[in-house]
Amino acid sequence: MRVQLSINGEKHEADVEPRLLLVHLIRDVLRLTGTHIGCDTTHCGACTVLLEGRPVKSCTMFAVQANGKSLMTVEGLEQDGKLHPLQEGFMAEHGLQCGYCTPGMLMTGYAFLGKHPTPTEDEIRVAISGNLCRCTGYVNIVKAVQHAAATLREGAAR
Amino acid sequence: MTPRTSLDVGGMGHSIKRKEDPRFIRGKGTYVDDVQLPGMLWLDIVRSPHAHAKIVKIDTAAALATPGVLAVITGQDLAKYNLHWMPTLMSDTQMVLPVDKVMYQAQEVAAVLATSRYAAADGAAAVTVEYEPLPVVVDPKKALEPGAPVLRTDKKDKKDNHIWHWEWGDRAATDRAMAEADVTVKQDIYIPRIHVASIETCGCVAHFDKVNDKLTVWMTTQAPHAIRTVFALVAGHVGLQEHKIRIISPDIGGGFGGKVPVYPGYVIAVAASVLTGKPVKWIEDRMENLQADSFARDYHITAELAAKKDGTLTALRIKTLADHGYTDAAANPSKFPAGLFHVCTGSYDLKAAHVEVDGVYTNKPPGGIAYRCSFRVTEAVHTIERMVDLMAHQLGQDPAQFRLQNFVKPEQFPYKSALGWEYDSGNYGGALLKAMEQIDYARLRKEQQEKRQRGQLMGIGISSFTEIVGAGPSKHFDILGLKMFDSCEIRIHPTGKAIARFGTKSQGQGHETTYAQILAEELGIPARDIQVEEGDTDTAPYGLGTYASRSTPVAGAAAAVAARKVRDKARKIAAHLMEVAEQDLEWEPGKFSVKGAPDKFKTIQDIAFAAYTNHPQGLEAGLEAVSYYDPPNLTYPFGSYICVVDIDAGTGEVKVRRFVAIDDCGNIINPMIVQGQIHGGLTMGLAPALYEEISYDDNGNIQGGSFIDYLLPTAVETPKWETGHTVTPSPHHPLGAKGVGESATVGAPAAIANAVVDALWHLGVRHIDIPITPAKVWKVLREKGVTE
Repeated sequence: MRVQLSINGEKHEADVEPRLLLVHLIRDVLRLTGTHIGCDTTHCGACTVLLEGRPVKSCTMFAVQANGKSLMTVEGLEQDGKLHPLQEGFMAEHGLQCGYCTPGMLMTGYAFLGKHPTPTEDEIRVAISGNLCRCTGYVNIVKAVQHAAATLREGAAR
Repeated sequence: MTPRTSLDVGGMGHSIKRKEDPRFIRGKGTYVDDVQLPGMLWLDIVRSPHAHAKIVKIDTAAALATPGVLAVITGQDLAKYNLHWMPTLMSDTQMVLPVDKVMYQAQEVAAVLATSRYAAADGAAAVTVEYEPLPVVVDPKKALEPGAPVLRTDKKDKKDNHIWHWEWGDRAATDRAMAEADVTVKQDIYIPRIHVASIETCGCVAHFDKVNDKLTVWMTTQAPHAIRTVFALVAGHVGLQEHKIRIISPDIGGGFGGKVPVYPGYVIAVAASVLTGKPVKWIEDRMENLQADSFARDYHITAELAAKKDGTLTALRIKTLADHGYTDAAANPSKFPAGLFHVCTGSYDLKAAHVEVDGVYTNKPPGGIAYRCSFRVTEAVHTIERMVDLMAHQLGQDPAQFRLQNFVKPEQFPYKSALGWEYDSGNYGGALLKAMEQIDYARLRKEQQEKRQRGQLMGIGISSFTEIVGAGPSKHFDILGLKMFDSCEIRIHPTGKAIARFGTKSQGQGHETTYAQILAEELGIPARDIQVEEGDTDTAPYGLGTYASRSTPVAGAAAAVAARKVRDKARKIAAHLMEVAEQDLEWEPGKFSVKGAPDKFKTIQDIAFAAYTNHPQGLEAGLEAVSYYDPPNLTYPFGSYICVVDIDAGTGEVKVRRFVAIDDCGNIINPMIVQGQIHGGLTMGLAPALYEEISYDDNGNIQGGSFIDYLLPTAVETPKWETGHTVTPSPHHPLGAKGVGESATVGAPAAIANAVVDALWHLGVRHIDIPITPAKVWKVLREKGVTE
């Protein structure tokens, strides 16, 4: 089947089997390998991308379900050579170690901060509870999201 | 520690930002599944639904008729090349693919080679295997009973399921001390089977280039060089020679010990690539990862601890059954089949100890690897910390005071333990007192008393662990005969920048940053000017890899030693440049200056340039060095953790309210990274303490074989860790460092378990095995009449 979709503002087309998972379209066909796969039961969140601005686990959607839609992946965070405050926050606060869960965490964080510009620590913890990290113990991921929230608020106030 | 170098140089003690991060936060890392080569084929694996069964027939017709499927590989196919069995790292044997029977549920039965990921999966689903079920042995105690079915029928003359018996220590002295003791406590402790579950599973891309006879394997391995040698030794007869094997360990999405062994999937992918001459990719899914890859722990322990009336601990006796599954596929140093379990006297000055461990075969996946810990050290720490707590409570003493009374004292170091280890340095009381102060221990005890009177269940648990890492001295440590040194090779370029390569392999620990900091410390070259590379066996010097917290103690030491060799040569060049005698020069990070004339100096960058443009006659050009570091001893990181739990009397849920961790890993390279390692380690200590377990029913069916029922902690369950540190340098490590990646995983479970028992002691509860699930606690509370 023919799928047309936009990823990070760029239009893509592909001929796919109806059963092809969205994550495999993104990774194997379109070669955007920043989106990862960590489980097969929708628990780990390594494959999180934004579909029309909402975080989805791309291992649990068919590529054809994204036909005509607009997607954003980790590769879309950096704009004109400028990192997104979340990316800055993850580096500044040591919010990543092996880096494997990081793209999913970033995408979840991106959607969350869009709706909750002044989150509490507990709200952040609930927001990222669909994304598993085995390295960091989450402490610095929470700080990274707070870091980004502060930067975004400053930007908005300016 | 105040850093000796400026932040700009970024040597030891600076929390510089990680060099790895810019690629990871952009999604530009290269993990193994990101490798896609032209013409690449896919491998998928057919797995057994039975835990023990004869293979009657494998019907491949439907699979071969599936579009895209090129071949189905069975044990019979591999047997033609004598590749159907392989050695484990413990010199046992493991099936690559079975010829006649399967030994555990999810064992590899056949492999399907196809032109795409989906076609390979279709093919695997279309293979029909006829089985004849055999009696299943799940319980290691029953496995040793007379008349139990003998599982390893492949081993001639094997009449039982006993693998090995190992013992250590002075049995007679221990028995005597036990008999003479005023008080003894005895406890059965089961440390269940768990799985590291790194978020990236295992996999590889094998590419055999038929023109050059060269095999390249991109592979999720923590020990690329050892893998290369094993491949050459095992597959030499089919033409793989070590100089034509290149193992590339790309970015690794977490290892924790699970990426040390060689799994059958790797071998089948290599065999398929050698046969077809095409690149072959094998990536396991999460269920395969949890169900078939090496497990950790599964120790059935009986421990006895003895003390005098005044609370002085005297002796420890331990007997253990180690359930290894159907083959011993642990990854321990050869000499120690139970790893370093005999560090089990822990932080305490015991005069006698004896440990026995018996390895047992069962119908479960093979293993016995670490779960973010150095060779069975968590098992040792959990045992001694539970037992010491039990004894303190039994004697009616405060567990903190009791520990302080029995610790090895700072003036006793280097300390020879009753089981023969020489602890390099420690200040156990210092760490515990700091933890007590940070958490306000006295106030917590008061609060606990008040709450108890109101019927609320609150517990305070302590764990004062001693780790043993940095394997290890070649006299005692090897894996398959390969001595456990590690390496660093440094090349300084003419413009003063450098590249350094190592025999280890980071899986998230941040080696690209911390190794650069060590070199910056030693050479004064800014860390940003030093490129660190690991994981490519064609370029990196030989090393045994990263596990058991050995990178800083061994390869980190190699970095320091190699840097000092560079400095020695730099001194000669500097003397030549300034026309002074070598002994008239003094070093400070980044430059040699003339003694008494500090404005007369040459920077390391000046010297590097001269090494290629103006080197002294009689000295070779260039500025580089290599070190293969053989550590004189292991290092012994330690710490004290205090945990506060509240237990819901209605549901049995344990909530960790506070957790203070004071760690001592000697001198610190990067405080930010050390703290990050501790946060992660604590979370991997919380996980088995409260949530994670893999168990089997009587038929050998796995429970905990997916993320649906194998419960990794999320951000919601994970407490807000509070950390701190003391610094007691290692006297024998060139940098005084000890290693830290696993300390918290080793120390945390006992603190949590001790807190739970502390909360319930007054009800008559003496022990609960981990994971301490709500169901277990609720059952206990019901028995004790606390809840209905």
